[in-house]
Amino acid sequence: MEHIVIIGNGISGVTLARHIRKLSDKRITIVSAEADYFFSRTALMYVYMGHMKFEHTQPYENWFWKKNRIELKKGYVKQVETNTKTLHFAEGDTLQYDKLIIATGSKPNKFGWPGQDLNGVMGMYHKQDLENLEVHAPNNEVCKRAVIVGGGLIGIELAEMLNSRSIPVTFLVREDSFWNGVLPKGESEMINRHIKNHHIDLRLSTNLKAINSDDNGNVKSVIIEETGEELECNVVGLTAGVTPNIDFLKDSDIEIGRGVKVNRFLETNIPDVYAIGDCAEQHEAIGNRRPIEAVWYTGRMMGETLAQTICGNKMEYKPGHWFNSAKFLDIEYQTYGWVFGERGRPEYEQHFHWKHEDDTKCITVAYHKDTNEFLGINTFGIRMRHDVFDQWLTEKRDVDYVMNHLSEANFDPEFYSRFETKILKAYTNQLQPV
Amino acid sequence: MSLAKPDALDINNKQKVALAIGVIGLFILALALFNTNFPNKGLFLTLSLGSIIGGIIMYSREAYLTKLEGIKNDGVWFKSISSRGVWGWIVGVILTTFYIVLYFFPKYLGLGTDGAENTGLISLFDPLSQLLSGRNASQWFVYGTLYTVAILAFGYKFILKYRHNRYQQLRTVSVMFFQLGFAFLIPEFMYVMNNDLPYYDLKSIWPLNYYIFDEWSVKGFLSNGNIGLALLIFGILSIFVITPILTYKYGKRWYCSWVCGCGGLAETAGDSFRQLSSKKMSAWKLERWLIHTVLVFSIVMTVAMVYTYLGYDKNDFWLTRGVFISLVIGFLTLVFAAVMFFKRQELGKDAKYGAIGFFIVIALLLIMHFTGTTDHLFYIKAGALRSAYGIYIGSIFSGVIGTGFYPILGNRSWCRFGCPMAAILGFQQRLFSKFRITTNGGQCISCGNCSNSCEMGIDVRHYAQKGENIVRSSCVGCGICSAVCPRGVLKLENDSMKGRINPTEVLLGNDVDLMDLVNQK
Repeated sequence: MEHIVIIGNGISGVTLARHIRKLSDKRITIVSAEADYFFSRTALMYVYMGHMKFEHTQPYENWFWKKNRIELKKGYVKQVETNTKTLHFAEGDTLQYDKLIIATGSKPNKFGWPGQDLNGVMGMYHKQDLENLEVHAPNNEVCKRAVIVGGGLIGIELAEMLNSRSIPVTFLVREDSFWNGVLPKGESEMINRHIKNHHIDLRLSTNLKAINSDDNGNVKSVIIEETGEELECNVVGLTAGVTPNIDFLKDSDIEIGRGVKVNRFLETNIPDVYAIGDCAEQHEAIGNRRPIEAVWYTGRMMGETLAQTICGNKMEYKPGHWFNSAKFLDIEYQTYGWVFGERGRPEYEQHFHWKHEDDTKCITVAYHKDTNEFLGINTFGIRMRHDVFDQWLTEKRDVDYVMNHLSEANFDPEFYSRFETKILKAYTNQLQPV
Repeated sequence: MSLAKPDALDINNKQKVALAIGVIGLFILALALFNTNFPNKGLFLTLSLGSIIGGIIMYSREAYLTKLEGIKNDGVWFKSISSRGVWGWIVGVILTTFYIVLYFFPKYLGLGTDGAENTGLISLFDPLSQLLSGRNASQWFVYGTLYTVAILAFGYKFILKYRHNRYQQLRTVSVMFFQLGFAFLIPEFMYVMNNDLPYYDLKSIWPLNYYIFDEWSVKGFLSNGNIGLALLIFGILSIFVITPILTYKYGKRWYCSWVCGCGGLAETAGDSFRQLSSKKMSAWKLERWLIHTVLVFSIVMTVAMVYTYLGYDKNDFWLTRGVFISLVIGFLTLVFAAVMFFKRQELGKDAKYGAIGFFIVIALLLIMHFTGTTDHLFYIKAGALRSAYGIYIGSIFSGVIGTGFYPILGNRSWCRFGCPMAAILGFQQRLFSKFRITTNGGQCISCGNCSNSCEMGIDVRHYAQKGENIVRSSCVGCGICSAVCPRGVLKLENDSMKGRINPTEVLLGNDVDLMDLVNQK
């Protein structure tokens, strides 16, 4: 029986395994050094905040794997020998495969800051990071201040986590407004204010210069690049993006760039070796997407697609319309289609922006300035229906249609205040020649 | 994982004062329980209930109004009381003991028997009872008052906790209103107007209200002219007409989390314990066996009760035992046949269990009819069946376990495992209702907040991560899964029956031909 070995038990690898099992009787082994069972990485923050226990982050009960004949192997792969189809583990043992899938995800970026490996410096990605944070920041007695470096999605989550335990947080963001490489100005600025309303010390246009140590190798303080200011702290969170977690492949024959190079069929240069999820790097970006997509949903889609290929129905990875979501402290964010921030915005992309006076809700609608085609929407504090926008994008609706039918896409809970009328009015006014 | 419990989540000084005030209120009750004879009972009762309510209000304002609007679940799994810690067990034991004493040893609460004056805790409530209905308090009046106080005070807390969420606020106001008006005040006033009428909480519907068709109750209604007859008819219409219509339109939530008193207590005072319900598959299996067994028991018991006081001779009254049994069997068969005809496909292998259940009920009823005598049914005294139901289901299951075990089993264990009304509503909700929880395409990140906060132990994530709508008989529509979802994936709604259950893995974002393949079974 063909033996499928998947390295990595995150959403990509597990989705792949589940779908291979649905489609076939192949032997499946999932290898992980991080955790015994699949858990939702995105939920680690809720464990630290006390909303959930770690076991609640596991979407499947422990009996699920045996019942579905998915073997789980705990071990760290240190070398992949593709000519003999053998995995060598750090623990000394080996494993033979017929087909190998690399789904090892990401690891936090480190940019060579002095002191970046001290005790108390951590990312917030792996289960071990959570355990580490619990050691260094159990409460505001042990951790008198934490400094977070990097203004992205993980950074703001880490800030929310620490905030939940009343630990003062200084949040260093390189850009002049939070996540404005992705978010348009109005939205990004609203989130700046929201962060400050949560008493988080947000420092924009601020870079880390160095991390200082005390006598025991623990974090003592950080130095700010721009001002030279020294900030005392006990924890430094490095959340300046992630990189594919593929160091163990450096000596293998598998072609790597930043990630594992794959074609549209998610195949690497070596036959019977594939890569999916955060660690896969497309030779050429698909549409407006990046060559490496470190997103939950794309990992899942790649897993589904590759399962088809492995089970004999060769299939290209063809993601549909872009979508994503996040939550910035109390403000939920959803996006469908493409809405660009200042950076990288195509010249044809025009925006309509509306913000509620309470400063916690806003939307940005992107459309083509010549054809009026609806390109995408960002919504903050208002939930929208995925299937409706997916349909509108497929049908290439124009922006007027979308604005006039916005209420059909509303997904807020019942009895919530609705804003479509206000939004439409603002939209119509904007179009009036002054 | 051995994570140290963070102690940075301590409550602040104002909250400590609030707790102290509340504890003083409880302490007065405890003193009364141990027979302290307060000079001015009215004053001390007011002081006690006032302190309890005031303490809770002050505590809640400090807990929620000092922070921005949003989800307030920080530390629920760290706090001892809400994570089965020492305080959870202590409160569980106290509540359980209270229920045991209340149901089985009311004299320890000070109930005066054989015309004697009340003493102890119950006597403390005499002034309020006198004020409302001109009679002394009973243990049920004490219980009803404390129950109402709990729903009102913790309801206020809940409204503050979800002050960004209108759905949560409205349904909480609704349960507060129904508890105060329908369960507490109206029955007292009805007694004042006509003291022969049996106690009747209009919103408590058979089979949750298992005694409404008891002989004493029906006689009570019938001997009170038109108003009694109207109430009895309302009781029958409630379950056979009103309930099916509302459940069709809104799902069982119209009752379970907007009207019901048990639900009301669970959603307010029990809110801190919702995450304790088990989400295991094994718990779900147990649930389905238990709740349907209770349903069968309650139907057979009720039919048997009515049966005992009907006659054989149609000259006395048109509804004889034979006619009654035939009506019941006819009705059940009609329901069964209709479900099998229209919904056979949806039921899948559950159809077999449904059929077994149906035939067990019919067999039991026939055995009862053909072996029953004037005072014996199933070869036991007719009243024994009813009192067994009253003790094991009505008292122990719904009260002692259902509420006493809040801090251990979660706040809805009665609703989930035992309530026959929930079983009937759930049956209809699953098969014939416009209600569902819609999953928003492919946005789920499997974080598990939804499942964690489901008080009915539904593994909501199991459906959400596959892009499936949630159509489960046990869902009471509290809406917390939707509230806590960080990605806006879940929405409770009433929509057309078509496309309500979508068992295919529609994950939007994949291209169309992949989805066709994934959906091929």
